[in-house]
Parts: sequence; C-alpha cells; structure tokens
Amino acid sequence: MTMTASSLDITVDDISVTYSNAKLALYNASCMVMPGTITALVGPNGSGKSTLFKSIMGFLQPSQGKIRVGGFPVQKVQKRQLMAYVPQSDEVDWNFPVSVFEVVMMGRYGYMNIFRTPRQKDRRIVMESLERVGLVDFRNHQIGELSGGQKKRAFLARALAQEGKVILLDEPFTGVDVKTEKRIIDLLLQLKQEGHTILVSTHDLASVSTFCDRTILLNQTILASGTTQEVFTEDNLTMAFGGLPISSLRQMTGQMTGQSSHIVNRQTSQNAEVEA
Amino acid sequence: MIDVLTTAWNWIAEPLQYGFLRQAIWVSAFVGLVCAVLSCYVTLKGWSLMGDAVSHAVVPGVVISYALGIPFAVGAFAFGFGATVAIGYIKSKTRLKEDAVIGVVFTGFFAFGLVLVTKIPSNIDLFHILFGNVLGISRQDIIQTLIAGTLTLAVILLRRKDLLLFCFDPNHAKAIGLNTQMMYYTLLSVLALTIVTALQTAGIIMVVAMLVTPGATAYLLTDRFDRMLMISVAASVSACVLGTYFSYHFDVSTGGSIVVLLTVFFVLAMVFAPKYGLFAQRFRQRVYKKQLDEMSSPP
Repeated sequence: MTMTASSLDITVDDISVTYSNAKLALYNASCMVMPGTITALVGPNGSGKSTLFKSIMGFLQPSQGKIRVGGFPVQKVQKRQLMAYVPQSDEVDWNFPVSVFEVVMMGRYGYMNIFRTPRQKDRRIVMESLERVGLVDFRNHQIGELSGGQKKRAFLARALAQEGKVILLDEPFTGVDVKTEKRIIDLLLQLKQEGHTILVSTHDLASVSTFCDRTILLNQTILASGTTQEVFTEDNLTMAFGGLPISSLRQMTGQMTGQSSHIVNRQTSQNAEVEA
Repeated sequence: MIDVLTTAWNWIAEPLQYGFLRQAIWVSAFVGLVCAVLSCYVTLKGWSLMGDAVSHAVVPGVVISYALGIPFAVGAFAFGFGATVAIGYIKSKTRLKEDAVIGVVFTGFFAFGLVLVTKIPSNIDLFHILFGNVLGISRQDIIQTLIAGTLTLAVILLRRKDLLLFCFDPNHAKAIGLNTQMMYYTLLSVLALTIVTALQTAGIIMVVAMLVTPGATAYLLTDRFDRMLMISVAASVSACVLGTYFSYHFDVSTGGSIVVLLTVFFVLAMVFAPKYGLFAQRFRQRVYKKQLDEMSSPP
C-alpha cells in the first residue's frame, strides 16, 4: 500500500501448456502486462484464461516458455510476496470453518515466522485491509455467511494484506451486482494510482472498456494485445469469440467497437501478437 | 438414591482395579486424542477415503516387521506412506480419477498383506490387526503407540496454521511462497503415523471411523476451527473411555463399542446441532414459510 517502489510488469514469453489428457490449453502465448496498468484478459469460456492465470501465478508448470514478473522468475516473486491472487468464487470452499478476519490474516502468513504468529503490525494491516473493502463489521463472520459481493471483497482484502505489487483477479465480476462491481472497480483504480499492476480475467466486455487501460485478447493463444481501444476491434472480437454473432458483441462493447474498428486493426497495433 | 450412586461408582471404579483395564483406558484415550486432532484436517481436506486406503495398506508392513523382528510401527508407516506415494504417482501418470486409483492401490496392498500373513510364520493374529486388541496390548506396543502419537501431535501443533491453509486454499499457500508439495506429504505422513498410533487399539477397519467421525461430528456443530478441534477431541476421548468401559461391563469388542459410541454422537449432532442439525433446519424453514405467508396474505 505504498507508492515508493516502482511498478512491476509481467512478461509471458512463448508459453505452451498441455494437460495430462493431451489437450493443448495454450500454445505459443506471448504477451506483456505493462507496469502500473489495469489490464484485462479477455476471451470466451475455455479460451485458456484460467490456464494463463495459473501459469503466471505458478500454480501449474508450462511445458514450454517462461514467465517473468518484474524481471524475476515466478518462484522468487512468490517468496518475496510480490504477487497476490484473488480466486474465482467457485474455487473456494465457503463452508470452511474460518472467519473473514482469519482469511485476510492468511495474506500475512508469508511475513510471519514458521508458526504463523501474527504481530501487532500484521493485525494492523489486516484491519486496514478490511476497512478498505468495508468489511470491518463482518470480520468475525464465517466466510459462508457473506453475500456474493462481500465474499469477493474479503478475498480482495486478503490480497491487500499481502501487500503484493501485482494483483491478479480471476473473474471478479461474476455473480456480483452492479453496485459491488463499481465498488471493486473504484478500489482497483485506487490501487493503480498507488502503483500496483493489476490483471483481471473476465468475459464481461462491457465493463472492460470502462476501467481497463489495456486488454489482452485470448483464445488458445494471444490474438491481440494493446490499449483497450486498439484491441476492441470488430475483427479481433470476431476472431476471439468466433461463435457469437457480431451484433451481440457490438451490444456488449458499446460504441467502442464501432469507433475503433477503422482506426486500428490487429496488424498495426503495436503489441499485437497474431497467430495465424 | 444412595444405591444408584453406589452402583454408578462401582460401575466406574470396578474396572480400575485391573491393571490391564486401566492401561486400556488411558491408551485408548490417547489414541482418541490423536485421531480426533487429525480427523478435523481429514474431514476438511476430504481425505476420508485416503485414510481408509492408508489403514489397509499398512498390513504387509506389519507382517514384514514381525518377520524381521523390527518395531511394527516402522513397517506399518513405510507401507502406509508408500501407498499414498503410489496413489499420487499413479494419479498423475494416468487418466484415472483419484477414487479409482485409491481403490486399486489399497486393496492391492491389503491383499499382499493377507498373502504374507498366511505364508510367513509368525504369531500375528489377523483378527487383532483388523479389529484391534487394546485389552491385550503389550508394553512394547504401547511405547510405539506413544511415540507415533506424540510425533503426530507435535507436527500438527507446530504446523497447524499452514496445514489448515493448505486444506483451505492450497493456491494461496503457493502464491505466498509456501512449499505446498511438502505440506501435502507432511499431512500424508501424519495421517500414516496416526494410523500406526491407532493400529493396536482400534484395528485397521475401525481406525477409519476414528479418523473421520469425530471431525465430521464437530464440523456439524461449529463454524470455527479451534472449537471444532476441541469438540472433536472431547467427543473422541469420551467415546474411547466410555467404549472401553462398555466393552468390560457388557463383554463386547472394545473397538466396536468405541466406534458405536462415536456414531451415536454423530447422529445426535446431525439431528440436534444448533445451526446445521435437522431440527434446526426444519425450524428455520417453518419460520421462513410463516414470514412468507404473512407477507403474501392481505392485512
């Protein structure tokens, strides 16, 4: 939560991921998340968003390629508490007997001794994080007692408590109402101001153009990446969401597609890495 | 009134005259304690079937230990832990789901043990391995039980927060740089150690109940891990002590009565738990329905 240290980038260099059932989830994916930006990772279901996320977080080992965060390999980034992860809601066991406070405290474990004894500082940071997401009054609730939006915020508070420079959010807007969505977006914009690098995976195209500086378009490989305006062209979106009729896409993205389609296309966009 | 008290006192005191019974009571209470602590983790991690697997897989280890003249705990631990490694390896190398792999591996280990028991000459009573024999437990066996149990408790006590995090959110554990692979094997080895602890008392069939039921009962009663741990220990230790009494007074199997008591506790919790019990759920539904009716009916 400090503005001192410089922001970190994420470099994904030629990653391929194969699962044990021989299914290729991701191939030759290269992209860059610029430091200090909010970047959206957009693609249809099954496009490999989660796979790329898990590779960046080091949860799975790509069969090829390398990933650097701020120039460091992922393992070093984990050890230095530089990267925090906000999981999808359905990855969490909401019946688990832990309180909101305890979950947020888990964000501090990496700073503690091996018995994980919280110090005064850890407690203070946990309370500050809870305050930022507005869950102080709910800190003693079991996590399953929270509403959908509060659940998201609880895990966002854990990421804040971890004080990572890079924050990855996996589908943060599924199942939350508009008010909560706005609240989360406001918080993300604040975090950007403080120098965090934020990567958000989503298939909610409408909200992307409102708060994401940059977008990476994914379907098995990187189809395009650049500023959100550059990437949201009709061509690109058709390519990514092939099955969907264009009209529905235009509806989802608002006027953005119409405006930019003639200005920039995937060949000219600076960071586009297009695979035939 | 006095009569009742005297009878109750005799019921409690009479078995304590016998050294072997005093011993059986405190040994089973200790085993109950160790199993109860681990059962909370087993329940939350969803490893009940894994506990079943490890408990059956130790049999060849026990037989080989006796044949070689080494402590049974060593062989049992080696095979119990070996089975879990085999399960992990096969699961990662094939397209099979975990339950199928577990089913194949533990029955294979168990059958191998069965073959060994019938071929290697020893004084092992298969019945005692299967169902336990706390009343006839030898001094050496008690020492091994104590060592294995103390080791388990020490490991869990020291690493309890990390292990809990590993059960709850292994991805986050990894994201903050913890060695999740090591936690996985730590949890598996304390599971194997617990089974070694309970082997002589409860037997490999009954140990599964002691590894699952206390934690499952406590899980129905609370939303906090610390309380869950305490309830689990209380239920397990009291079932172990009472079960041993029952087995003396009614001349029935010790392991059997312990597990029957544990199951009774579970059923009571399932029905009467304040928040998650069947009655509480029924009551809440009625309240909701009433509120709905009041809202829909005109004033």
